[in-house]
Amino acid sequence: MAKKFMFVNRRAPYGTVYALESLEVVLISAAFEQEVALVFMDDGVYELTKGQKTDGIGMKNFSPTYSALGDYEIKNIYIEKESLEERGLTLDDLQHLVWEDEDDDWAEKDSIHLVSSKELAAVMADQEVVLSF
Amino acid sequence: MKLSIQINEGPYQHQASDSAYQFTKAALAKGHEIFRVFFYHDGVNNATRLGVPPQDDRNITQQWTELQKEHELDLVVCIAAAQRRGLLDEDEAKRQGKDANNIAEGFRISGLGQLIEAGIEADRLVVFGD
Amino acid sequence: MSTLHTINKSPFDRNSFGSCMRVISDGDAILFIEDGVYAATSGTTFSDAVKAATDSHTVFVLGPDLSARGMKEDGIVEGVNVVDYDGFVDLVTEYDKTNSWL
Repeated sequence: MAKKFMFVNRRAPYGTVYALESLEVVLISAAFEQEVALVFMDDGVYELTKGQKTDGIGMKNFSPTYSALGDYEIKNIYIEKESLEERGLTLDDLQHLVWEDEDDDWAEKDSIHLVSSKELAAVMADQEVVLSF
Repeated sequence: MKLSIQINEGPYQHQASDSAYQFTKAALAKGHEIFRVFFYHDGVNNATRLGVPPQDDRNITQQWTELQKEHELDLVVCIAAAQRRGLLDEDEAKRQGKDANNIAEGFRISGLGQLIEAGIEADRLVVFGD
Repeated sequence: MSTLHTINKSPFDRNSFGSCMRVISDGDAILFIEDGVYAATSGTTFSDAVKAATDSHTVFVLGPDLSARGMKEDGIVEGVNVVDYDGFVDLVTEYDKTNSWL
């Protein structure tokens, strides 16, 4: 029986490797047919900002990989509203992540759910395995 | 119960590996089964065969090697993280054309899937990191 | 599902304790480990918040990490329970899952 896996992202990209390497785990998890939820809170919300240009720092821009999550059936992505607001961001500042529902004529649907802390608490309570990075 | 452990940091730099080791020892003493200990991020550095830490303090790598031997633990080092950080076993070194390998006894290199499996198969997964 | 939240950083270093409290559920417990144990010491600017946490959740601190840092068990916030590694293991098995706040 599939387990509910939650991946918690609380760190900004590039300053440390956690954002990149946690994304690699998430992509691998797709092959195991578990119920995967991705949570972005605190500085983790910065991982999804649009327009990341890394030439100047000599690091690979891995942000395009997030848009592939939908292809891997990773479609339950939770972003904490409070974390966004603290940082003066809105969903418009973040990548628009989608997935295609084959049960609905491949209709494109939003993967990102903007949730309050309280709503996120309920989501987290429901999970069975938590991976932190 | 069946427990899995994830260790995200290398030896000495952070307490993660020490905390995980103490936790693992206590769990084993209580009769729990450790399904797997998975080393990710800088945690792969716990598997270095070349460490020569000062003699008057614990030898973190050796502690894991000994615990592995005593309890037949499955200590897995993530191959992607290991390649990035220069931890190679004999096969990997050959495959990558490197002139040396440096994995300590008791550790094995494998894919990230082993971490997911560790979460699936165990009753509990505990993460130690920064 | 009940959750054991472990917090390993000092509240003066990182906001893990604050973030945890935003998304913690009824029936969950908190365990301070490593540098997180400083949150359990009394007389800090976080002590009130930690005391408040003990009113709604069971809060634990890892004794060996307190001792290592020269913090006394009788100098912790009222209502926080001291456990050793055996206790840590018991908590992990007692709660349905562990959420390690790093």
